[in-house]
Amino acid sequence: MGGSMAIGQYVPGNSLIHKLDPRTKIIIIFFYVIIVFFANNAASYGLLSAFVIISLINTRIPIRFVLKGLTPVWFLILFTFILHLFVTKEGEVIYQLFTLEIYSGGVKQGLMISLRFGLLIFMTSLLTLTTTPIEITDAIEALLHPLNKVKFPVHELALMMSISLRFIPTLMQETDKISKAQASRGVDFRTGPIKERIKAIVPLLVPLFVSAFKRAEELAMAMESRGYQGGEGRSKLRELRFLVKDYLIFGLFILLTIGLLMIRQ
Amino acid sequence: MDITFKNVSYTYQAGSPFSHQALNDVSFHIPTGSFVAIIGHTGSGKSTLIQHLNGLTIPTEGIVEVGPFTLSKDKKQKDIKSLRSKVGAVFQYPEHQLFEETVAKDIAFGPTNFGVSETEINRRIKEIVPKVGLDAELLERSPFELSGGQMRRVAIAGVLATKPEVFVLDEPTAGLDPRGQKEIMNMFSDIHHSEKVTTILVTHNMEDALKYADHVIIMNKGKVYMEGKPEEVLLKTDELRQVNLDVPESILFLKNYLKKFALQEELSVKSITELADFIKETYKGDYL
Repeated sequence: MGGSMAIGQYVPGNSLIHKLDPRTKIIIIFFYVIIVFFANNAASYGLLSAFVIISLINTRIPIRFVLKGLTPVWFLILFTFILHLFVTKEGEVIYQLFTLEIYSGGVKQGLMISLRFGLLIFMTSLLTLTTTPIEITDAIEALLHPLNKVKFPVHELALMMSISLRFIPTLMQETDKISKAQASRGVDFRTGPIKERIKAIVPLLVPLFVSAFKRAEELAMAMESRGYQGGEGRSKLRELRFLVKDYLIFGLFILLTIGLLMIRQ
Repeated sequence: MDITFKNVSYTYQAGSPFSHQALNDVSFHIPTGSFVAIIGHTGSGKSTLIQHLNGLTIPTEGIVEVGPFTLSKDKKQKDIKSLRSKVGAVFQYPEHQLFEETVAKDIAFGPTNFGVSETEINRRIKEIVPKVGLDAELLERSPFELSGGQMRRVAIAGVLATKPEVFVLDEPTAGLDPRGQKEIMNMFSDIHHSEKVTTILVTHNMEDALKYADHVIIMNKGKVYMEGKPEEVLLKTDELRQVNLDVPESILFLKNYLKKFALQEELSVKSITELADFIKETYKGDYL
């Protein structure tokens, strides 16, 4: 169940990118997403693509696995490409199919937008492929820390995130178990008219909600009995620390940005 | 209904890097009306095995035959619902499957799905509720107001109400208090005898296997490790220890007793009471 979903799936590894501080990765991806929009010619796109490709190679995650995770968005990329292909009316007409005219500008625009899309997706999935969900929440908590001053509940938010991430597999297992139990009692989830199938979800959802609430109560109790009382004064098992490699990567990224600004038109 | 497994293998997520073989070339035959205990360490494939009995999983290799139904990966099973109406499954912690507004409606859920008439369902509820040790006045309450033990009984009643010809029980008494465990197991045993229901019990409890079953299958790492009469299989203490299984206390005691007094005797002891009788016999006369 869920074995083919690679978006958000962590692949353990020992590469430089795996070992970077998660804050470094988040900050760099944030700015990468911004500078992608500055690229406007082949050279600048080439530079940005080279950055992503080198990073991907560094992680040593099999490329097939990365691509498989992108299956849900292929359609979106293709759709954007086709849209631009027919809607943009710049340059010369290079192909004519009945009344549909395809301009050279459309091809160029379509390619660029799809590439931009692809780069964004590759870059962000690089984060989730090389960083455990817990590391990501830790980093977000650390990065949002300044918001504490304006009474924004940063710690609570991070806690909520890590708890929900933690319980996704548990809920999947629970769903599997309950749907098997109800199937044994004659519920048919797979065939029959759509109305019947929607009705068949009730015996699945009710027990799922009941157990989720029960589990939440038990978790709260277990946390309180271990002395949890919110983020104030709470120390961390894994302190986040920027190391030399993090600074090096930041430096490299600044060079990339300067280079990009120089070669764009 | 006779149950036959012919060279059944099952692999989870076959063909992916996460593939895991849960059953490996499993073959056995269970004749109609028998009480079979399936025992094995955690992860030995017991739960996967019993999911084959009502078509929740289809073997990746081999054939499963349950009465007139045949399950294999090449054959599209259209009549899976009628198979499930004949095979009643009580999974671990069945109280998690309760969802209806009232206890009565929840018990009626299974039989309604299998097309049993309302009057027949009401008749069955009247018959079953005292059998599982529930108060009739609980019928109109919400199942979520009940205690854990009562919820378990409601869930079991929901399976009994479908009047299956085969019972599949996956540790039906786990987490109950000792008295509740005994009551539930005795109830299943009674129904097994009075209605000739073929019963397949997955358990960790060797004493239960010894007491109720007439055939034992020991699973280890997805294979059938040993099978036979419980009195015989459970006597093989060394083999059982090899697959991390405990030996029933009464059997252990008996073995040591025989050794101590250098007795040669073919043994079949099903419970503590029988053990006591046996010791009384030997102690009384001829042997000493």
